[in-house]
Amino acid sequence: MPKAKTPAVETAAVEEDFALHSLQQALDADKRYKPSKEELLHFYEQMLLIRRFEEKAGQLYGLGLIGGFCHLYIGQEAVAVGLQSALDNDKDSVITGYRDHGHMLAYGIDPKVIMAELTGREAGISKGKGGSMHMFSVEHRFYGGHGIVGAQVSLGAGLAFAHKYREDGGVAMAYFGDGAANQGQVYESFNMAALWKLPIIFVIENNGYAMGTAVKRGSAETHFHRRGTAFRIPGMSVDGMDVLEVRKSAEIALEYVRAGNGPVLMELNTYRYRGHSMSDPAKYRSREEVQGVREKRDPIDHAKTELLAMGVTEESLKEVDKRIRAQVAQSADFAENSPEPSAPELYTDVLVESY
Amino acid sequence: MAIELKMPALSPTMEEGKLAKWLVKEGDEVSSGTILAEIETDKATMEFESIDEGTVGKILVAEGTEGVKVGTVIAMLAGEGEDASAVEAPKAAEKAEEAPKSEEKKPAESGTANLASDLKTARDPQLPHGTNMKTSTVRDALRDAMAEEMRRDSRVFVMGEEVAEYQGAYKVTQGLLEEFGPTRVIDTPITEYGFAGIGTGAAMGGLRPVIEFMTFNFAMQAIDHIINSAAKTNYMSGGQMRCPIVFRGPNGAASRVGAQHSQNYGPWYANVPGLVVIAPYDASDAKGLLKAAIRSEDPVVFLENELVYGRSFELPELDDHVLPIGKARIMREGKDVTIVSYSIGVGLALEAAERLAEEGIDAEVIDLRTLRPLDKETVLASLAKTNRMVVAEEGFPVCSIASEIIAICMEDGFDNLDAPVVRVCNEDVPLPYAANLEKLAIIDADRIVAAVKKVTYK
Repeated sequence: MPKAKTPAVETAAVEEDFALHSLQQALDADKRYKPSKEELLHFYEQMLLIRRFEEKAGQLYGLGLIGGFCHLYIGQEAVAVGLQSALDNDKDSVITGYRDHGHMLAYGIDPKVIMAELTGREAGISKGKGGSMHMFSVEHRFYGGHGIVGAQVSLGAGLAFAHKYREDGGVAMAYFGDGAANQGQVYESFNMAALWKLPIIFVIENNGYAMGTAVKRGSAETHFHRRGTAFRIPGMSVDGMDVLEVRKSAEIALEYVRAGNGPVLMELNTYRYRGHSMSDPAKYRSREEVQGVREKRDPIDHAKTELLAMGVTEESLKEVDKRIRAQVAQSADFAENSPEPSAPELYTDVLVESY
Repeated sequence: MAIELKMPALSPTMEEGKLAKWLVKEGDEVSSGTILAEIETDKATMEFESIDEGTVGKILVAEGTEGVKVGTVIAMLAGEGEDASAVEAPKAAEKAEEAPKSEEKKPAESGTANLASDLKTARDPQLPHGTNMKTSTVRDALRDAMAEEMRRDSRVFVMGEEVAEYQGAYKVTQGLLEEFGPTRVIDTPITEYGFAGIGTGAAMGGLRPVIEFMTFNFAMQAIDHIINSAAKTNYMSGGQMRCPIVFRGPNGAASRVGAQHSQNYGPWYANVPGLVVIAPYDASDAKGLLKAAIRSEDPVVFLENELVYGRSFELPELDDHVLPIGKARIMREGKDVTIVSYSIGVGLALEAAERLAEEGIDAEVIDLRTLRPLDKETVLASLAKTNRMVVAEEGFPVCSIASEIIAICMEDGFDNLDAPVVRVCNEDVPLPYAANLEKLAIIDADRIVAAVKKVTYK
């Protein structure tokens, strides 16, 4: 391979600056997506579905119908909804960690089979054998649902590798949290993704806490979008509580990645209202902090205000809420009343083939 | 006094090599650092440097000579004030194979010399009648398996450290880059956890990765993806999301490389439901089972052995030599006792069986070949025939494959046992570096013979 000419020092500095900050600049220049009324209403419905679904899941957990670990997405809805809305569902792929219910709903996967998985029933999307943290829909190109913190980042790079290998034009989106961002394999994946120009968007959902550890207590560099700098991956810092900014940032990132430039690292600044999991009393933060975010930054309230300003009536939004509550109630009924997996199911799906 | 230049050992396992090219000729002045020759080992072509100053006197081994034993004098160097043309070749008695001179210390023999075996395996009776056979090393058989599967299925690719441009750290992927190009034969950075994850993700995304670990010792960095991501996903997804991937590379003790580079991970992976674990011995099984592994819809851990790579065996000349996963192979029929083994242990078991035959004990030798799913039926059928069993395993004894075989015999073969099953494993210590200690730690044919005598009360 011929060696590239060594550029003058100034040129290199400018190039580096361009490569790493150009996307942020593009976003800062025009931060928000301009939706039609119908589009914004659709985002609103999706976010509301996630919230109501998660509230119901929390309730079923309290009733003992859902067991084990259950991580709710309440507060973070705009991230999944905004990003998913920009993807091409026919070719892009998505992978995330264990806080996965919201992403699946945003992908349009039937809430009934998700809820039935949470209750461990035969009709669950993983036949009741995965549970809250381990759900997949290959049909929807949703590749999980992974319980090991950070694993989805390397696996996501593998999905991106497959897109590039097949030249199918798809982009992989790998979601992970501010806690996972401190795992070593994340940086192994950044290195290879940048080295091989893999079509992947790394999405850090920074909700401020890695379980009970505030970002400041666990991270030397708290500006996560800068964490790709060492690998020459451009970063973007995005308000993850504003679905329209999220959508806009996704378009900028996708355009860059689809053009064959390699990965982008997005930091979505968000907040979870509930504890890390159902068993977390969340004593590490004040009630005032949580309340403050709910009142000032709630993504659903924000969208609602804008819809009203666009001329949507309060009554029609109440209708939407009613419809979604009914849908979630049906999902819960379905999940409660579906049978548990039959005992022989214990032995199926261990291996695909018989030897 | 003239200096003898001897064939150097250029890798831990090198016993002989090819003198590929002389870069100096008789009469040339050389000094420390002068490249004298190129030597081909089983792994690579290496440069042989002078550490002395002087004049090349006699070149004793011509370039192009193959199979030059380590320690053979290949040239003489005249020191200062000596007449190079008068330097004599050492007398025959001073050649490497002969007894060393009294002031010289004999190089310590590696403990893995215990594991050496020249015995050829018998032809697999399962092969179609009339199949032509050729001779092949295990290394070449593995390479051919990958190449054939890559020709057959464009989804198959090979990824790992030094697999492409370097031609494989142990030359197993030699020539693949040339034939398939850099999109299908991919060099990774040294980043096992990362590339095991990328491979696993690519398999989930519909490709057929063959992930090479330079050795399975390094796969411990990546074991989370092998177990948590690759092995469990099909089950956790209710059968929706498959992970057809092969993790392959050398496993077990190499030679004098110390504890961190000398472990058999067979029992570790065999413990995990959702994985297929294969550990072949001879070239035919290596090829036939690697091809089957690449075609499998399940994640496969394919354990090779560095010390076996260079061994030659008969390999069937078939267009498509694919063997069944999960089936043990009877390597030698016998009626008095069964020796169960796998991987490099099979060679030792066969050696032991030969020696036992001389003493009138007729041993059956079973190569498990696949460690998960384990072929219980073949093991138990043999036990029913011989009523006595020894398990030989190059690996730690505790919670080993041997332990598992013994449990199977207790649970399902108790009434057929005429003696307790005995296991012959490595000593229960991290593998030491010192040659004598290494030798004490690793199994050998003697120990298998002794164990067989114990279970046969001889």
